[in-house]
Amino acid sequence: MAVVETRDIKKYFGEVRAVDGVDLSTHDGEFLVLLGPSGCGKTTLLRIIAGLEQPTAGEVLLGGEVVNGLPPRARKIAMVFQSYALYPHMSVFDNIAFPLKAHGVSKEARKTKVGWATSILGIEKLLERKPRELSGGEKQRVALARALVREPSVFLLDEPLSNLDAQLRASARDELQQLQRRTGITTIYVTHDQVEAMGMGDRIAVMYQGKIRQLGTPQEVYDEPADTFVATFLGSPPMNLIEREDRLVGFRPERFLPTEAIELHADLVSFSFAVTRVEYLGADRLVYGAVGDVSGDTKAVSRLPSTVTVPIQPGDSYDFAVQTADLKFFDKVTGLRTGPRPF
Amino acid sequence: MLLPATVYILALVGLPFLIAIVYSVTDVTVGDTSLDFVGLDNFRRIIKTPQFQRALSNTLFFAIVSQVLIVVLATALAELLSRDFRGKRVVWFLIILPWATPIALGTVAWLWLLDSQFSPIDWVLRSVNLLGPGTLLGPEDHMVFLGREGLAMASVIMVHVWRLLPLAAVIVLAGLTTIPRDILDQAEVDGAGFWRILFRIKIPLIFPIISIAILFGLILTFGDMAVVFVLTRGGPIYYTQVLPTWAYFVGIEGGSLAEGAAIALFLFPLLLAVAILVLRSSRRMEIS
Repeated sequence: MAVVETRDIKKYFGEVRAVDGVDLSTHDGEFLVLLGPSGCGKTTLLRIIAGLEQPTAGEVLLGGEVVNGLPPRARKIAMVFQSYALYPHMSVFDNIAFPLKAHGVSKEARKTKVGWATSILGIEKLLERKPRELSGGEKQRVALARALVREPSVFLLDEPLSNLDAQLRASARDELQQLQRRTGITTIYVTHDQVEAMGMGDRIAVMYQGKIRQLGTPQEVYDEPADTFVATFLGSPPMNLIEREDRLVGFRPERFLPTEAIELHADLVSFSFAVTRVEYLGADRLVYGAVGDVSGDTKAVSRLPSTVTVPIQPGDSYDFAVQTADLKFFDKVTGLRTGPRPF
Repeated sequence: MLLPATVYILALVGLPFLIAIVYSVTDVTVGDTSLDFVGLDNFRRIIKTPQFQRALSNTLFFAIVSQVLIVVLATALAELLSRDFRGKRVVWFLIILPWATPIALGTVAWLWLLDSQFSPIDWVLRSVNLLGPGTLLGPEDHMVFLGREGLAMASVIMVHVWRLLPLAAVIVLAGLTTIPRDILDQAEVDGAGFWRILFRIKIPLIFPIISIAILFGLILTFGDMAVVFVLTRGGPIYYTQVLPTWAYFVGIEGGSLAEGAAIALFLFPLLLAVAILVLRSSRRMEIS
């Protein structure tokens, strides 16, 4: 078990600042998710922690020790790549035993350890197969077994679920989280999928343009976003932002409801919502339209659960409202969160 | 659209090949061009001559040793060239040069370098006190590279390796670039060092491609007479005589067209078998 820490990590590729001053510290045994759109620097940061890239500046610490100069093999880390990177010419057994062999583990011990790792992941029957004879889910498990077998102090996972189909992904998410809980190995998990991040992470570091915009629990980053990027990147559909005087006011679509559907009538802010389109999604309805603000009409979305049965037709205007407590305020220029203000 | 290529191959490869087969089973000579069928007599006769036996063993030795050297050096070179370093383009240029130079020209340059009297290599060896009276390489002032049994063969092999190395290195390098970056990163994270990655990951993964390089190399070695012909003409005595040069000397210079053809064709069944074997196994090893 170990704590991973980065101190002011920078990585420039020529003019491009892939990672631009990242300070990050995991807790021991934590499942930390690096979340961000593609090209935000999250994979580069992971590769720097692994030792596959050298940072332009800054320090990486594993278990309190600076490991900048150390090659990946000296770092007690295990990594699972998006492609799983199974060695195509080796059997499943040899794939899983490879890191043990590289570290000079005896043949007997290798057998025991491979047996242990494969039984955890339920792939004992696949040992003789070659990677090309495995399904996507099986490949993923073999890759995880190979990462697990060395009992590393840190797991680095680079979008390990993105090659699985949607159905498999849900169960793999569950298994992966259980595996992490059971082993208690500090895990850094890179993804661009907010559902994975929200569902699996103890904490989420939201990255954009090489910087960490916010680090917090899933509730914190969702309910109390630090800036407009975090506010609009998380949530589907994203947070509505409307301009009011010198600031932006944000509210989640699921908090933006017809006034008559809100039971508590105190502390409401009302909007006239001109509906242009309604999407019926079964469990809920997405209502698209516009509300007035300083610059005219701004697009907004409301997400109505199926328990709200108020009839809504495109082309009409309705009274919608948000509770004052659900309004978030951001600076118009910097996009940073500001304190609550009277609306 | 394929017509020019087909005509070209038929006229310049197919026809001479067919003529060689016909010649090898007749008694044709420069002086008597009538084609009288003699069956496999030519083959039986040439096999019994010591010159032929020497040329055959020389050919095998020459081919196998130079191929082993080429594969090892080409893998090392490709490994080097797959990295980024300053002056890579210059190194590339120097490596491609032997392949781009006409064979005869390159070999003539080596002929001078290995000259018995004026070899610059001798001169360098003498100036660092490795050659000359009382030194490591002996009392004489000259190595006489092409005039001694072992050294002549070594020289021929060296020049041939120098000439074929670029092709093999480029083929192996092409193979190395097909290995996904993730696999190599994974191996590094898994704790493998340089040699383990090379022998357990890279070489097995590109083996189908290396075997193609070996196949090309073998065919070019078994069939090539330029290096031996220019450097030693098979000498001293028969020490570097190989089948292609021996076929030339017997068939063209000696005028015995039928025997020359039989010598030239002697390795054809073996080469065909090797080619089929290599192509088949490389296809089987290809990773889907």
